[in-house]
Amino acid sequence: MEQLLNGFATALTPTHLLFAAIGVLLGTAIGVLPGIGPAMAVALLLPVTYGMEPTGAFIMFAGIYYGGMFGGSTTSILLNTPGESAAVVTAFEGNPMARKGRGAQALAAAAIGHFAGGIIGTILIVLLAPFVAKHAVDIGAPDLFAIMVLAFIAVTSVLGASRIRGVASLLIGLTLGLVGLDDMTGQQRLTFGSLHLADGIDVVVVAVALFAVGEALWVAAHLRRKPFEPIPVGRPWLSRADLKRTWKPWLRGPAIGFPFGAIPAGGAEIPTFLSYVTEKRLSKNKDDWGKGAIEGVAGPESTASASAAGTLVTMLTLGLPTTATAAVMLAAFQQYGIQPGPLLFQREAGLVWALIASLFIGLTLLLVLNLPLAPLWAKLLRIPRPYLYAGILFFASVGAYAVNADIFDLLLMFVIGLLGFAMRRYGLPVLPAIIGVILGPAAEQQMRRSLQLSDGSLTGLVNSPMAVIVYVVVLLIVFFPLLKRFVPSPTPPAAPTPERHKIDA
Amino acid sequence: MTATRSWLRERSELGICALLVALGVLVLTDALRIPTDFAQRGPVGPKAVPILVGSLLLVVAVLLARDVLRGGRGEAEGGEDVDLTEPADWRTVLLLCGAFLANAALIGVVGFPISGAILFWGAAYALGSRAFVRDPLIAAGLSILTFVVFNNLLGVPLPGGPLMEVF
Repeated sequence: MEQLLNGFATALTPTHLLFAAIGVLLGTAIGVLPGIGPAMAVALLLPVTYGMEPTGAFIMFAGIYYGGMFGGSTTSILLNTPGESAAVVTAFEGNPMARKGRGAQALAAAAIGHFAGGIIGTILIVLLAPFVAKHAVDIGAPDLFAIMVLAFIAVTSVLGASRIRGVASLLIGLTLGLVGLDDMTGQQRLTFGSLHLADGIDVVVVAVALFAVGEALWVAAHLRRKPFEPIPVGRPWLSRADLKRTWKPWLRGPAIGFPFGAIPAGGAEIPTFLSYVTEKRLSKNKDDWGKGAIEGVAGPESTASASAAGTLVTMLTLGLPTTATAAVMLAAFQQYGIQPGPLLFQREAGLVWALIASLFIGLTLLLVLNLPLAPLWAKLLRIPRPYLYAGILFFASVGAYAVNADIFDLLLMFVIGLLGFAMRRYGLPVLPAIIGVILGPAAEQQMRRSLQLSDGSLTGLVNSPMAVIVYVVVLLIVFFPLLKRFVPSPTPPAAPTPERHKIDA
Repeated sequence: MTATRSWLRERSELGICALLVALGVLVLTDALRIPTDFAQRGPVGPKAVPILVGSLLLVVAVLLARDVLRGGRGEAEGGEDVDLTEPADWRTVLLLCGAFLANAALIGVVGFPISGAILFWGAAYALGSRAFVRDPLIAAGLSILTFVVFNNLLGVPLPGGPLMEVF
């Protein structure tokens, strides 16, 4: 508690408050832009912080993160095209509301839902994270390796339509992660004698290349000549009747969102859908559903926001990113030589608590700024597409160049960007590749460390109860499709899966 | 002849399999050349993981090829600005690549304010914008503003080039 107060003391200085405000505004602005989700927003804005000290940089990031998440819901409601996976469900009810002239109410339900979910989620971070970190200190190399294997398997199996394509994407990521000097022996791997490659491929370059360059090239190949028209909207507000219908969904959201955010199950996509189904079942106004039921905006938005908070718990305490955005944030930490994980709360206590405090501040700023600014954000949806994608390429180049001031990085980004284009064309999901680049080297190190302890015997990987349990879960995920074939399911298939919209990272 | 071509066009995803095979071979040959007789600590050296990843790349390439030949198709990604009913517009993509590479080639010579403006204008032109007064003005403004903000305010150095030496 005292540490949290210290965190507030750090985060509430005028400079840091300014950083938080800039982060929230930039994050929302970039998140609202069609075609840009929070992961790309964070990746593109990474270079802005290169010259800053870590605390200020992360306070700004917290704002960008929540701002980007919030921005996506605006696109969903006013354009019917979600800017990011967490906002897919919001479009189901939010867009019909906007078309019926209730866009202002939909935006307000989303904004306040976001605030409620975020605040409850952040309170849970305060309560849970130190506890998890304290216990995670005791887990050894075999356990960490097992958890990373779980992350690899989950990210390839849970997401996307085709498992084999997910695995292919993961392997591409792992290959990129191999480039450079081997951490333990200093041997060169896949460097081909190039000095540029000896330091490894910068994760920022990979992330910006796959998300931004790949996306810009892909959209260029199939650019819609007449973009969708956004629905004009006024200042968000809620009537008493609306409030009566929304307060319960706002409070229920975190219960679903937070736990799902914390596990590697694809971020907010599943929990927001679960929240939608739950609210529909509990609703007294069943006739409204599909035609603009405000509960269907309030619940999923609160859920998405809380799931973002859950993601942070796993990222900060275990160093394990469960979403693309968290993966890019992890890369940002590594830029500063800070390794998130169990020891983070001891070594960088000041930084972590300032970051958590700034989450509260960022959420409050988000609510205060975004309600009045909503009509302005809606105007961003009209940006001419040539400028939008030219701007994405422009800032991607700034980011990649600024990492090392090296033209080689621009060429590398171009090549990996072409790869990102091919992956979009043939349905290879991008997230497994990013997770592979970031977690691959760490997983290799933990595995080799475990085998060193056991003197090369493979039992060294499974000599703790926790590792065994995790591997059982891994096996369940791997063989689940087979099991389903043999065991007839007693219940009829649940609600139909949501129509798969395009999902920005 | 045309039959073969249309057969291949239908199954262009096999190109991804070829890419995976190439990557796998690359990783494996590179791993086998790593000397392990010295500097190795512990039972698992720097070779093990590359060999594992390389082999898996080959396995996945085969499995993916099987999937494609059996009629499986990767689903192209849709999106708010993406119209998949039209065939791919390669001219736009190539122009865009040109604008990107022009920036990479010029940034060291003429500095970021100029090369960045060329990138932005070139990309906007490639994507169909034809405002010959507004586009270059926006490009130049954005480029100079970005340079000043990054270089002077944020402390992230970008090459100014001859243009900025005048000031």
